[in-house]
Amino acid sequence: MSTPLQFPKAIEDALQRIDPSLSRRKFLASSGALVLSLGINAVPGGRVLAQALASGPYPDPDFLQLDTWIVIHPDNTATFFVGKTDGGQGTGTAFRQMMCDELDMAYAQTRLVMGSTDTTPDQGGSGGSDGIEADGWPMRRVAAEARRVLLELAAERLNMPVDALTVSEGRISALSDSSQSVTYAELVGGRRFDVALTGQNINATSGAAAVKPVQQLRVVGQPIQRYDIPAKVDASLTWAVDMKVPGMLHARNVRPPVAGATLVSIDEASVASIPGVVRVVSRGNYVAVVCEREEQAIQAARDLKAEWTPPAQGPFPASKDLFDYMRAATPTSSSEPRVTGDPAAAFASAAQVLEADYEVPFQGHTAIGPAFALADPSDGQMTIYSNDMKSYGLRSGVAQFLDLPRDRVRVVYMDGPQVYGRTASDDAGFEAAFLAHELGRPVRVQWMRHEETAWDTKGPAYACRLRGALDADGKLTALEYDARSIDYAHLNYNEPDTVLIAQLMGRRPAQTAAGATATPSVQYGIPNQRMSTHVVALPLVWETPLRTGNLRDPNGPQVTFAYEAFIDELAAAARRDPAEFRLELIEASAEDNVFRRARSLAALRAAVAAYGGWQTRPAPNPQSAGPIHRGRGIAYTNRSNTIVAVIADVEVNRDTGHVWVRRLVCAHDCGLAINPMGLKHTVECGMLHGLSRALHEEVQFDEEKVTSVDWLTHPSMRHSDTPERIDIVLVNGDPNPERPDLPHYGAGETSHKPMIAAVANAIFDATGVRMRRAPFRKERVLEALRDSRS
Amino acid sequence: MSIVSLNVNGALHEVDIDPATPLLYVLRNDLGLRGPRFGCGLGQCGTCTVIIDGNAVRSCQLPAAAVNGAITTLEGLAQDGSLHPLQQAWIDEQVPQCGYCQNGQIMTAKALLDRNPDPSDAEIRAGMDGALCRCMTYYRIHAAIKRVVSAQDAGTAAAAHTGDANDQEAAV
Repeated sequence: MSTPLQFPKAIEDALQRIDPSLSRRKFLASSGALVLSLGINAVPGGRVLAQALASGPYPDPDFLQLDTWIVIHPDNTATFFVGKTDGGQGTGTAFRQMMCDELDMAYAQTRLVMGSTDTTPDQGGSGGSDGIEADGWPMRRVAAEARRVLLELAAERLNMPVDALTVSEGRISALSDSSQSVTYAELVGGRRFDVALTGQNINATSGAAAVKPVQQLRVVGQPIQRYDIPAKVDASLTWAVDMKVPGMLHARNVRPPVAGATLVSIDEASVASIPGVVRVVSRGNYVAVVCEREEQAIQAARDLKAEWTPPAQGPFPASKDLFDYMRAATPTSSSEPRVTGDPAAAFASAAQVLEADYEVPFQGHTAIGPAFALADPSDGQMTIYSNDMKSYGLRSGVAQFLDLPRDRVRVVYMDGPQVYGRTASDDAGFEAAFLAHELGRPVRVQWMRHEETAWDTKGPAYACRLRGALDADGKLTALEYDARSIDYAHLNYNEPDTVLIAQLMGRRPAQTAAGATATPSVQYGIPNQRMSTHVVALPLVWETPLRTGNLRDPNGPQVTFAYEAFIDELAAAARRDPAEFRLELIEASAEDNVFRRARSLAALRAAVAAYGGWQTRPAPNPQSAGPIHRGRGIAYTNRSNTIVAVIADVEVNRDTGHVWVRRLVCAHDCGLAINPMGLKHTVECGMLHGLSRALHEEVQFDEEKVTSVDWLTHPSMRHSDTPERIDIVLVNGDPNPERPDLPHYGAGETSHKPMIAAVANAIFDATGVRMRRAPFRKERVLEALRDSRS
Repeated sequence: MSIVSLNVNGALHEVDIDPATPLLYVLRNDLGLRGPRFGCGLGQCGTCTVIIDGNAVRSCQLPAAAVNGAITTLEGLAQDGSLHPLQQAWIDEQVPQCGYCQNGQIMTAKALLDRNPDPSDAEIRAGMDGALCRCMTYYRIHAAIKRVVSAQDAGTAAAAHTGDANDQEAAV
């Protein structure tokens, strides 16, 4: 107890990032002063935080210690430490609500710190939209355990049994006499719980306490405003891109002019006249310029002359030939077809057989802010400031890449531009660390727009062939789905041998990832089915700008477009209403795991009800004269246990091919809603992101390089595309909202998934023309309309 | 290098820079501002927007030495400790997802409303069209702008608190 204590800088830094109004002085006044007087063993968070006071090393916070997760301050507030990141979907606010409920504190009494490897336990950062679904559980359990421990302490203090006590907003009082009470702060404020938890892994972390039944949750379910928004609109937030450290240099990458080219030589004299050039770094085919000032680095990267040898074989076909190439290519792998019933017999006896090809090109993350990282090698450590949603993976990957002890590397997670999957922020983190390691000075790497749009990871291109059989009554009797995707060498997160800099340096795994092609996620009862998938490769596997990596629901939009648009074709061919056709298919489903059939029916019906005035009729819609034709399109899917049904109303201008989605309706079921307002906004923005992919987004390339490199050549949805009305219905909880264990499922990706299909179906309803190739840019729509007339 | 004088948020600054340096880098790196951010460097996305003499200007392409007027950044919108009505509306409508582009959205909206205090829906769409958001918060942005317009129309700030947002966040 005698070790002198320094202020826990790591916590202070973390708190400042989430709440810039919290000055060091204020923090000291509110909680730190007492801590200062208590000695190191009394530090909330324990040994780990004490070590973080010095400049490393940075051991992993111990997830089996309650103090790692929750700190009670002397002013009867609490700070929660969780190993997740929040890309702006409000998960931080939701986690706080979940932990508040279990701990019985008011939301306003708490704070939350996320995702920095030295201050929060390793929950892996974000990914798969399972933060609420999976990682929320250990958070709930540790908060429940803290409440249990506090109740025991109070029982001792007040000299009465635990079941004679009640808790409200961090105050424990006697049920019989509320004047007999003690606050959490009086029990442990500024001190350690010193309570060990159990669990084989962090997801299993638990104490002795049980979580509350759903019916007792009070903070959960409230539409609480996100804590991170005020600082994002008043310019007080320090973003990752704002970080500056003493002696910091600015770097820019220089990419090969032709994909797969080999660096022959660099003419350093070409940038000699630019002031501030510190070094031109090259290793294999990785090239960067490092300068004193940012504008100098931009100029040097632009002016640097280098000689490159193009690859012997062309890296890829031009994007206009992509789907012909995909269909002709020999697959690198094919799945064993999944067959139910007897599709061949069903097709042989069908009254009608439909067949169609669906195509989705490569689509990119194209973050609004190009990839970024700052790495600081001071004091023999490596600190990386990043918005990488998998900060823990970045830390481990960089340690391996640079051969540094893992506890000498930390990633400080800070807000940044969108992180809907495996973005290039992974790559920038490695590049910054490499350059900082080489130069022995802090280096800030910022990708340029052309680099981000051309070289970030891409969602795989898909070519799907579907066949369906209808009997004489218009019933769907058989369906075949055969899909090919270019997903060979799919990148994982933060691997030291697959990040772009490693590939360019020639440091690669012995084998590529096999990649995968997905099948649809629906709950349809179709008696005879055949599902087959294949992965195909482009000629250039490494060092390519067409690297595939997870992009928001990695295969969902592509697969769901093909499947749900084809179901729409079948409904139209059967002269059936597209909603009724789907409802009957769901009702015919034999499975009902996690009530998925019942919840699917409820979601579809809720979407139709919210639409209002849904006319039961087959598509297409009988059109009046004039250039503007209107139609509606419905699509349904699930992602894991979350169910969604969407309806799009479109206007198609027959003279220009322009498509405007006027209105969107969404019925969404993700189980227990933690924060209905944040949930609705995430669902809304997920839909619109899907709309952008349906209408605009396409990576284009010639036989050497990506040619869509900015917002003119790679358009994205704009204000003028925005629907004039969006209705979101949360059908969460059906069929039994009163069950005590109603789970909370993820919501970050499901509403994004059916959008291409919904828009395609609406265009058909409006025009009678099937769009089977995304995106539905006006030139493509106009061409399809003309073809339909001729 | 040469001395360039800039009037930013009412304060005069002199910086010793290459006069061709785009204003964005001077604001961020020399003056330490955090509102305007790098998005494209091409004047295509609006993330770097500042207001110069009432006009929304892309600071990523404008040489610092070419600026004559007074520059307002996101940091300069709040007056006397009170958020600008647009900033408050952005909170009330819970506009941002990641928030990276919102500097450009708010600054573009301010220039729009200063020029046209009562824009139609079509004028909002057209006026905002150059400000890109990849999280697709456009619908919420339109709601926030309309909230400010209707509060002005009503002549009362009370109207600015009628949305679905339920503020339970308190200072801790």
